[in-house]
Amino acid sequence: MSDTSTTTSDRHGPIRAVPVRHPWRWAVNAILIVLAAMLVHTLFSKVPAPNGQGSVWRFGWNVVGQYFTASTVLWGVVHTLELTVLAMILGIAGGLVVATLRLSPNRFMSSTAFLYTWFFRGTPVYVQLLFWYNIATLYPTVRLGVPFGPSFWTINSNSAITPFMAALLGLGLNEAAYMAEIIRGGILAVDPGQVEAASSLGMPRVLTLRRIVIPQAMRVIIPPTGNESISMLKTTSLAIAAQYSELTFVTTNIGATTYQVVQLLIVASIWYLIMTSILSVGQYFLERHYARGAVKEGDDRLSVLWTRMLLKRNVTVFGEADA
Amino acid sequence: MTAMVVSDQVHKSFGRLEVLKGIDLEVEQGTVCCLLGPSGSGKSTFLRCINHLEKINAGRLSVDGDLVGYRERNGKLYELNDREICTLRSQIGMVFQRFNLFPHLTATENITIGPRTVRKSSKDVATKRAVSLLDRVGLADKRDAYPSQLSGGQQQRVAIARALAMDPKLMLFDEPTSALDPELVGEVLDVMRDLAKEGMTMIVVTHEIGFAREVGDMLVFMDGGEVLESGVPKEVLANPQNPRFQDFLSKVL
Repeated sequence: MSDTSTTTSDRHGPIRAVPVRHPWRWAVNAILIVLAAMLVHTLFSKVPAPNGQGSVWRFGWNVVGQYFTASTVLWGVVHTLELTVLAMILGIAGGLVVATLRLSPNRFMSSTAFLYTWFFRGTPVYVQLLFWYNIATLYPTVRLGVPFGPSFWTINSNSAITPFMAALLGLGLNEAAYMAEIIRGGILAVDPGQVEAASSLGMPRVLTLRRIVIPQAMRVIIPPTGNESISMLKTTSLAIAAQYSELTFVTTNIGATTYQVVQLLIVASIWYLIMTSILSVGQYFLERHYARGAVKEGDDRLSVLWTRMLLKRNVTVFGEADA
Repeated sequence: MTAMVVSDQVHKSFGRLEVLKGIDLEVEQGTVCCLLGPSGSGKSTFLRCINHLEKINAGRLSVDGDLVGYRERNGKLYELNDREICTLRSQIGMVFQRFNLFPHLTATENITIGPRTVRKSSKDVATKRAVSLLDRVGLADKRDAYPSQLSGGQQQRVAIARALAMDPKLMLFDEPTSALDPELVGEVLDVMRDLAKEGMTMIVVTHEIGFAREVGDMLVFMDGGEVLESGVPKEVLANPQNPRFQDFLSKVL
């Protein structure tokens, strides 16, 4: 037949074929390696010191190290975390209420929820933060009492709406609009047959929602909520509009007074990266918890990824199959 | 003999589409009634009306002497509130074509969730009952399995056990074997046959003519939202009168 004559026994043995070569992958790899080397080089390069004596890091790593654990910066980190957690709690709780209203068979309730989402998604969060910060100009006092009637309790807006409250309300109420859509999507993704099965057992509506629908909707809700949390962590930097002393606010302040703006931005960026990385790990474990019943034991994403990597390593390492 | 289900001129429409055009039917306690008919004939809709998953538009439908979804007082109908409807549904078991097991719960949890949340049974009592029910449907070794780890036939048997856990006085089966691979149909029909022998009142929407002939006490043929023929399965199947029923049988058999 052909020059690669195969005997019958070979035909039934394991396949030993010449693998496909990928020259373009090699080329792209080479380019990436050069770019990476350039990046590392510039990150750790030195420039002549401004005072003409010796040289200093181009990126001012010594300054970065000096301010990285400064107490002002650490407080900024704590405030950022506080604001992120509380704004997300407000956002999720509010989103649950708005989503439930939106799914109500009552037309008035669902349109109220629709208008809420429309308004908060339709205006920039920065503008909302400024609005809450300046709310005292519209309402000098906050009253608690009978609508259109007498009030029992009054408080000065300027003392009630602190920078923190303004930031929390601005970020939390805005987040509620996004979370409402995420939760609604998750609930709608659950097979209607699940609700029918629960109904046929005589389970009331709220119980069905809590025990049957929400646990299943969670699988759809968690990944985007994780994204929202990470996004929120970074959006808290806009709380600068409300003069709240979170990470970006304190680092830019230090940078402005010490004329080391970029170095302090690097400090802030590293802290943001650390915090978002921790959140990502938390998201992974939450996702695994709510995948109960959907994936087989020992079949979660990490182990799938791991197996895939091992498999790849056995089959092709840079195009070389082990013989 | 007392009637478990009485349907008197039941009408149901979805918008302008009239799906049930006056169903008259009586199902005696302890008997098995099989509903046959081509798809779109309204048999599943009728079944769903019995536990108020669908609201009827006209006529009267009652289960064990109580109207479904309403209370009649001084010649006036009052809608039942959510809690009363839940009580009514908890006494009627339903088995679905697509099983509808809760995928995030194990087989045992699927069975105990009804008694625990609706009947407020203790965890021990409910679990003990679930284990004996699983045993009864031949799945004693699948207690901790999630639905995704079970075959279709096994899932449907868990679904039957889940419905039985509420001690229903009536069981509704909506094409319980239609979504199963042919070799798995038998195991589900076996469980249903045992249930019928124990005297459970059952209404079964099915395409299994053999099951209807063997287990059914009554066979009802529906088409276009009407009952066209009904009677003792063996007699009706041997000697169908209505031409549409004859036509249907010639296609299925």
